[in-house]
Formats: sequence, structure tokens, C-alpha cells
Amino acid sequence: MAGALRQLTPRSPQSAPLDAFRRSLQRLDWAPGITLLLFLVPISVGLLGTWLPAFGYLPAVGREALSLEPWRQLFAYPGVSSAIRVSLLSGLLGTGVAAVSVVLFVATCHHRPIFRVIKTLLSPLLAIPHAALAIGLAFLLAPSGLGMRLLSPWATGFERPPDLALMQDPWGLALALGLAIKEAPFLLLMTLGALSQSQAEARLNAARSLGYGPFIAWLKVVLPAIYPKLRLPLYAVLAYSLSVVDMAIILGPTVPPSLAVLVFRLFSDPDLSLRLVAAAGATLQLGIVLGALLTLYALERLIALTARSWLSGGQRSAVERSAPAVAGAAVSLTTLLGYASILLLILWSFAWRWSFPNLLPETWSLRSWSNHLPDAGAAALTTLTIGAASATSAVALALACLEHEARANVRMTTAALWLLYLPLLVPQIAFLFGFQVFLSYFALDGMLLSVIWAHLLFCLPYAFLALSEPFRRLDPRFARIGACLGASPTRVFWRVKLPLLLRPMLIALAVCFAVSVAQYLPTLFAGAGRSMTLTTEAVALSAGANRRTLAVFAVLQAALPVVVFTASLAIPALLYRNRRAMRSGMSA
Amino acid sequence: MQRLSVVGLAMATLVAFGSSAGSADQPWDETLAAAKGQTVYWNAWGGDERINAYIDWVAEELEDRYGVRVVHVKLSDTAEAVSRVLAEKASGRDSDGSVDLIWINGENFATMKENGLLYGPFAEALPNFALVDVDGKPTTKIDFTVPTDGLESPWGMAKINFIYDSARTERTPGSIAGFLDWAAANEGRFSYPAPPDFIGSTFLKQVLIEVAEDADILQSPVTDDAQFDAVTAPLWNYLDRLHPSLWRDGESFPASGPALRQLLDDGEVDIAISFHPSEASSLIASGQLPDSARIFVLDNGTIGNTHFVAIPFNASAKAGAQVLANFLLSPEAQARKQNPEHWGDDTVLAMGKLSAEQRSLFEALPKGAATLSPDELGPTLLEPHPSWMTRIETAWLERYGN
Amino acid sequence: MTQRHSLRLADVCLSLSQRPLFAPLDVSIAAGEIVTVMGESGSGKSSLLNFICGTLPKDMAAAGKVLLDEQDISHLTPEQRQVGILFQDDLLFPHLSVAENLAFGLPRSIRGQQRWEQVSAALNRAGLTGLGRRDPATLSGGQRARAALMRTLLSQPRCLLLDEPFSKLDTALRERIRRFVFEHARQAALPTLLVSHDPEDAAAAGGQVVHLHPTLPQDSETI
Repeated sequence: MAGALRQLTPRSPQSAPLDAFRRSLQRLDWAPGITLLLFLVPISVGLLGTWLPAFGYLPAVGREALSLEPWRQLFAYPGVSSAIRVSLLSGLLGTGVAAVSVVLFVATCHHRPIFRVIKTLLSPLLAIPHAALAIGLAFLLAPSGLGMRLLSPWATGFERPPDLALMQDPWGLALALGLAIKEAPFLLLMTLGALSQSQAEARLNAARSLGYGPFIAWLKVVLPAIYPKLRLPLYAVLAYSLSVVDMAIILGPTVPPSLAVLVFRLFSDPDLSLRLVAAAGATLQLGIVLGALLTLYALERLIALTARSWLSGGQRSAVERSAPAVAGAAVSLTTLLGYASILLLILWSFAWRWSFPNLLPETWSLRSWSNHLPDAGAAALTTLTIGAASATSAVALALACLEHEARANVRMTTAALWLLYLPLLVPQIAFLFGFQVFLSYFALDGMLLSVIWAHLLFCLPYAFLALSEPFRRLDPRFARIGACLGASPTRVFWRVKLPLLLRPMLIALAVCFAVSVAQYLPTLFAGAGRSMTLTTEAVALSAGANRRTLAVFAVLQAALPVVVFTASLAIPALLYRNRRAMRSGMSA
Repeated sequence: MQRLSVVGLAMATLVAFGSSAGSADQPWDETLAAAKGQTVYWNAWGGDERINAYIDWVAEELEDRYGVRVVHVKLSDTAEAVSRVLAEKASGRDSDGSVDLIWINGENFATMKENGLLYGPFAEALPNFALVDVDGKPTTKIDFTVPTDGLESPWGMAKINFIYDSARTERTPGSIAGFLDWAAANEGRFSYPAPPDFIGSTFLKQVLIEVAEDADILQSPVTDDAQFDAVTAPLWNYLDRLHPSLWRDGESFPASGPALRQLLDDGEVDIAISFHPSEASSLIASGQLPDSARIFVLDNGTIGNTHFVAIPFNASAKAGAQVLANFLLSPEAQARKQNPEHWGDDTVLAMGKLSAEQRSLFEALPKGAATLSPDELGPTLLEPHPSWMTRIETAWLERYGN
Repeated sequence: MTQRHSLRLADVCLSLSQRPLFAPLDVSIAAGEIVTVMGESGSGKSSLLNFICGTLPKDMAAAGKVLLDEQDISHLTPEQRQVGILFQDDLLFPHLSVAENLAFGLPRSIRGQQRWEQVSAALNRAGLTGLGRRDPATLSGGQRARAALMRTLLSQPRCLLLDEPFSKLDTALRERIRRFVFEHARQAALPTLLVSHDPEDAAAAGGQVVHLHPTLPQDSETI
């Protein structure tokens, strides 16, 4: 009997340690540890390697005594206070506009037709890298940009671009707008995800049957329920917006720039003693982000406390007319600006002469593409390699951790979860210098592997965000019946769980890939400048090079993640075209 | 800087051992043989696509001719590479460094030389160095008043000139003083890149040379704060008067030379600053400026300098880097570089030292509509000592960078 | 190819946070016999089956032994036990075709052409001839239930556990499927344990009926 082969003889007691080891291997006990190690090492070593110089310790330049001198120099450095102001204003405004408009939009328009339209339109914007969007937006906002051309000369009388600071303005408003456009889709998607897990529809119906208007009903019964799930994305957006570098280089003011850009410049100044000042600046940036997060948290508590009486106070309607209009307009406008930016990138990449105030190029040409296909192609290949490697490893690690949870029957603690999201909350500039010193100490900087590692750091949280819910929602009886049919956990994983999770897994891959494509600082620091991706090239070119060339790089940079996203949707649809239950996502 | 030089001294001693071991006076065939199969990471400012395209061509030639692979690491600021070499030294990485060749001059060179971050001397041992016009172009051996000592190899000649659109602008200033009147008459139509961008910094030096009471002082290092304040007072005085009539009221500045040139093409400003006399012609050819673009220079001359390539002390492909530096000096590479269709950067070679055949490469070059002849370009002014520049950049930021 | 198997639950007792769910259970099931365990929801019926399969959640504790062919299988992993189970839902894998679902159950030792022959034979026995390449989602409820049973039988189990497998079917269908399952269980001479709260099931099974009595007033829902 074949069945007899599967019967195991009782094991001898001597093999117990080996047995325990095998069982631990089988349970994937290594997965959470390895994963934590992979991102805790860069962050902790990186932070330490930044804090020490910030307090005067950098033996490489002969400084070994702890002191506050770097801080003194930092605050005496020209433009630091304006730089902090620019960072705060653009970061808070960008996050605020994105968050408030998204929440108001969902609250007021969730039952209107415009909701579906915007939802469909916003998702592709999520995949567009920050730099590409910023470049397109700069083409739109500049005094010679499309915006002004649309109004000139008939409305403005301008025959030449006006001398107005419409972008790179000294307050960072253009940067704030860019951040709002880029972060709104992310927050919307996160809100929708949270909604789908909290019986929003039922709650709303209950409230509305008690006589509450749709807007106030949403605020009173849905928002409190989904906010805990929105907290992390919101914090991540805030931390990112306060410390962004690539977008700030493109859209932010130049003299002085935002704090993160200023610190980045100080790190690369040939005057070596400035390295200590830069480290202090990076630490200050960390402090600003932590301070902002704590303030937001305090604000949350305050609102939660004071809103209690309001929640049960019985008001049944509030600005039910004007709120939808304002929120709908705000979100539609950011969507429109996002798409116009991308369109402009494409136009410029095919334009030859295109002077103000013409709405379309006077002459068209394929030369920008044909001239730059070799170097842009090489950069695209590097981008693809790094993106594919980091996304695949991130998704593999996330799956291993989740599978470990399933096999060992444990759940990740809240603390571990926040730890996992650390890379999204700690500003990149605050630890990448220290990480680079660490890499360089082991002669690892400049290696492709190091760049992939640095990208992996930022992919992992997204891999978990995208996978944990579908994985845990998977009907556990599928795995159980697989085991009862004689399939080992490994076979159940590969033959049952993975195929069932194909769609979310591919989406996770695409999200991680998009995250990797967008990375600027990690590529520069870990790659020692040797890894030239579409993003580093585009940002370097944005310093003023030919718009047509810049457009070619930005179009490619934007196209890559979009193509991968499309593939991630098309593959399951194709593979499971004859599997009805697989079509609408999960059968769980 | 005072603090630094102590550190620099310590570093220089360390490096002295390293470089004497890997001596630069090995026969050229041995260098060629050693270079074969190496990959040279060439860290060069990557903000200009025509220059990038030229570097791509160099890379292809080097692979074909010598079996040396060249990777252009595009920098937005040369200081990035300097700091990288420094970070490597800090972590004790004395060989296998990530930078093999740097496009460099001025303060970056001074910093690297002072801190012992350079390999060499190697430059004057390169076979093609014999063709360099060291007498006619003294800046090929003295970089911003600092002797190169063979630690960097000359690559090209730069000279300040100004680009304008002749279809739009009729009258252009002929001196730094003239710029004040011109800017007042054309509110918001002039600007310069924010220092430490090298075009912006060079414009400030141009101003200083013209407004300083005794420009010769600038050839020696700054002695003390009082001297600096006294010598530069006319510069700040000038800028304080100029800024209100600039683009954005002088409250913000373009990030770089190319950004300024984009503003000229967009019609936001009327004058852009260039460092390459044939750049305007080259930009017309690539569709980035209208056909009516022209250049002008100042009556009393403009600053000119030489840009170089140098090899870091810990470069992994020193032989390959030398082969590359030597190829950059070849008449063929120099002529192509001077061609406005490719780049338009003037040669460092002496025509008199070339064979007739080599000379014909240069004589055949198209001049380009916007290019001026050497006589029309006027006198060349010498760069001040780098210590002036570092100080001016910091002082500028303190005054206008808030 | 029938073999005489036997299943015995020896003084089995499950407890949740130290509270036993039911009084210790001692049942022997001979080959081809169908024993029905009846109990209210929350009485621990499903947990009992989980315990036999080796998939009891960690928060539950178990005492007693499961003897399959007189051998204690408590230390074996679920896939080593050769315990077949059917649930309320057919749980056919939605990403595989009907035939692939059946083949999933076959032991790996059966190779190549033989696999598809056995699958095809099983489909014929279940009246599913020619439906092997179909998407399980396109089958009727009865067809899916039969396919699920065939998949379980192909895995060569030594006993069969039925977790209210008929409760979701409509009355007419329930009757037919019940007969189909019981027939095949007897044919394969499997000791079968049926968990149900439907007295009709117990009657149709015709075997011993065991009632699970909650030891405490029921106040908590178990899985």
C-alpha cells in the first residue's frame, strides 16, 4: 500500500535536538528574525552613524571629542531657519491638503457617481514615481508652463512668461501642491482598504435610518472606525512629506532649499568639516518628523476626547450641500493636475521647438527619443533589475513571515508591526549617511546588492501592507483540507495558498516595484552614485538640462511601474480566465 | 579650513606611502596592458546632455581601442565625488575605491590636493601631454592659482561668455558696471545661478575682478577676515544694487547654468551665462535655443580657466583611468570636443605642436552661427585663488541665502 | 483494494481555557461503520474533528488518544495521518480544474498516466464523466459535493470524517448526496465519523449515535 509509506516510525529520543531544529525550520522560524534584521541593521547602524558625527565624533576627519559644536554651526548656517520653515510649511500643508480632501471626499461623495470615476482615475497615479510627477508638474506650473500658456496672452496679456515665482517659490507652496497630488491617491486607496474591512455600508445604513445625513453619518460612525487603520499611512505620508528630497529639488525653493535638501547638500560638500553639520541637520530633521508625529498623535487624542459628546450629540446634518462640492472639487483638481503633468511629460518628449505662449509645440521630433534611448535604456535596465530584485525579495520575506504565522500559529504583535513600518517613519536623510559609512566600511557600497538591500528596506512595509490582509483572510480550511489530503505544508503553500493569493501577490510585487523605482536617496547613498536609475538620472537632469531629454527619462520612469502594474492585473486575469471563483479576487 | 589642514596633513602623509608604491612612472605599454579589461568609473558632472553624449562616445572608443570599459557616474555637483572619496578614506578603504576618475578643477581640486586624496603625479607622464599648450595656456598647469603638480590632467578650456537672443534683445552690456544699467532698464530679465554652482560662482568672481580696487590681491590666498571684508566690500555693494532688478527681484536664483539657459529659451530672462564659447551654437543645433541666439563678452575680458581630470588615491582602475585621461588629450578627442555640433569646448592643445594632419581636424570644425573668433572673445582673466571662492560662496549664502 | 481499518477515540476530552467542552468520549468505529456525533453548536463537534485531523487550534487543550488501526496518531502531522475529511462547503480549490482537484488528492507515489486513469475512473464513479476539465465553479452543488468526496477518497484515507457535509444542500439534493457519500464510505470500508445536528443524518447513517453534552452552560462560541 502506498499509504503505508507515509506512516512514520516513532523517532528515537536521541534525535530530539535535531528534530526540534527540523521542526523550527519547517515552521519558518527564521523568517521574522531575518526580516527584522534586514531592516533594523541599516536603520539602527545608520542612525548611530549619523548621531555620533552630529555630536562631534567622526574620527575620519580627526574629530573624536563629543561636543555640541556641529549644532552651533548648524544653527549659524545661512538659511537654516528658512529651510526649516519651508520643510514644515510644505510638509504640513501637503499632508493636510491630501488627507483632508481625501477624507472629506470619501465622506461626502461615497454614494455619488463621481466617486467611482475618481477612484479609477487616481489608482494609476499611485504608481507614478514622485520625481516624474514633480517634473511634469514643474512643466505645468512654471511661468512659461502650460498653465500660463492656457491663459496667455488672451487673459493675462503676457507675451512673455511673467516674472512670478509660480514654482520653486520661497514658501514651498509648489512643493506642497506636488506632495498633495502624489499622496492623495495613496491615502484614498488606504481609506478604501480600511472601509472594506469595517462594514462601512452597514454602519452608514444604520445611521442614515436614524435620520443622519450621509456626510455627518460618515463622520460619526465610519471615520472613528477606520481611523486606526489610517493612522499608519497618514503618519508615513507626514514623515515623508516633511523630509522629501527628490520632489523638493525639483519643485522646492533653491536658496535656501528645504531642510532635507540643505542637509543633503551639506553631506556632499567638499568642505569635510561640514559633514558634522550635515549629521546634526539630519538629526534635526529626525527630530522635526518625530515632533510632528507626536503632535499629530496628541491632536488625535484631543479630538477623540472632545468629539465624544459631539458623536452622541444628535446633530443629524452638517454642510451636506457645500462639503461635497468643495471636497469633490479639491480631489478632482489634484487628479486633473496629476494627469496634466503626465501628459506634459509625454508632449515634451516629442517636442522640438515649443516656445511661449504656444499651446502645442511648433515643431515635433523623435530625436529626443532616438538620441537618448541608449542611455535611458541602460538606466531603465538598472531600474528594472533593482526593482525586480528588491520587490521579489520583499514579497518573498513577507510571505515567509505570514506563512510562519500560520504554521506556528502566532500573530505579529503591535510593537513588531510598528517596527516593520519604521522605514516609512524615519526620514531617509536621517540614517542613510550612517548606513553608507557602514557599507563602505565593509567595502559594500556601490554594489548593486547594497542598493537592492537599501530598496528592500522601503519595499518590505508595503509588501506587508499589501499581503497581510489577503493572506489572513484566506479560508484556513483550504490549507486544512490540503493537509488532510496528504499534502505537506510546503506543498500546500506552493500548490494551494500561493495560487489562491496570486492576485494580491502580484499586486504586492507591483507596489514594491513602484516603491523601488521611486527611490532617490537610497540609490545615491548605497550605490555610491554608481547605480544610475531612471530616478537618479531624472533628478540630476531636472537641475536644468534640456526639457525634452528630461521628459524622455521621466516618461520612462513613469511608464515602468505602470507597465508592471498592468501586468500584475493582466496575469491573473489571463491565467484564471476559466476560473470563475478566482476572478473577483479571493473566494475567502 | 584651518582645522581641516591639520587633518589633511595627516592624510597626506598616509597617502604618500600608498602612491609611491603604485608609482606613475611605469612604461606606457605596461599601463596599457594593465588597463585592459578594467572598468573606469568616471565621476563627471552630468547636467548637460551634450557633454554626456560626448562622454558616451569616449566610452565607446575606449572600449574598442583599449578594452577599457568606462562608466559615466553622473554627478549633480562634483563635490559629491569628493565627499565619496573622503567617506572611503574615513572608513579606511585605501584601495578598490568607487571613484576612478573625476572631472574637476578649482576648489574641489584644491580640497582633494590639500587632503591628500589624489593619486599621482601622473599627468605629465601621459604621452599626449606633450601636445598641451602649457605656455600659451598657463592655466593648464595652474588651476585657480594652485599648481597642479601633475595630479590632474588638462581636458578643456572654458571662458565666460553671455548668451542672448538677438531677435529679442538689441543692446547688451559691455562691462560689469554696464550690467547694472542694463538690469535697471530690463527689470527681471537677468539672473545668475545660485552659488556654489560654478557658473554662478564664476560670475561673482568676474564681478569681483572688475569692481575690486586691486584685483592682483586675488591671486594670493585670503590672509584674514579683515582683508577679505575690505577687498570684497565693492562686490557686495554691487550685488546689493543689482539684485532688486534681477529675475524674481533677486530673491531666488536658478539652480544651475543649464537652468538659466532654459529660462533664456523660455523668455523669462534675456541673458544667460555660459562657460563655453561655442555652447550657444551647440544649443541652437540641439533645438534648445532659437536660431537667433548670439553671444557677447565684456570689453575688459572675462574669466577663463582649464578643467581637468584627476585620479583618487584609492581608485581601483588607476591604469584604465590614465589611459582614459591620455585619450581625452588626443587630437581626435579634443577636436570632437571643440566641435559645436558635439560640445563646443575649446582644446587645451597647442596647434603648433600638432602634425599637419592633426591640425586639419581642428581647421575642419564648423564654427557655428553664434560662435565668436578667438580675437572677438577678448582677453582672458585669471581665476582668483580658491580660498576667495570658498569665502565668497559662504558670504553670499549668509547675505542672500536666507 | 479495500483494507480493514479501524478508528478509536480513547477517552478524548477537549478543553478551552481549562474548561472541558464535553465529558470524556470513548468510541470505536469499525471498518465500514458510520458513527454519528450529535451536539448543539458550540458543543465542540468541529473541534473534535480538528483534533483527529491534527489541526486543533493552539488555545485548546486535548486529553486522550486517537488510535487509527490501533496505532496512536497523536504525534503525527496532519498530512501524515491519512485522515480524510469533508466539510459543509466542498472546498474544491478554485484555481484548479475538477480533474486537477482530484489529482491533488492522489498520493505522489502514483505517477504519470496512472494518475489520470485513476482520476478519470473516480469521475466516472461519481457520475462526472467528461467534466474533468471544467472550472469547479461551473458545476452544480451536487456535482461539487461528489467531486469533493472523490478527491478525499483518492487520497487513500484510513478513515473518513464528515463535518456536517450535507447541511448546506437543499432537501432533495441532501438525500441523494448523503446516500452517495455513505455508499462510498461503506464500499471503501472506511471507519466513518459523522458530525451533525440533523437527526435525519443520524438515522440515515444507521450506526451508533453519540451525543456530546456540554459540560457547562454554554456561553461561549467555539470554532
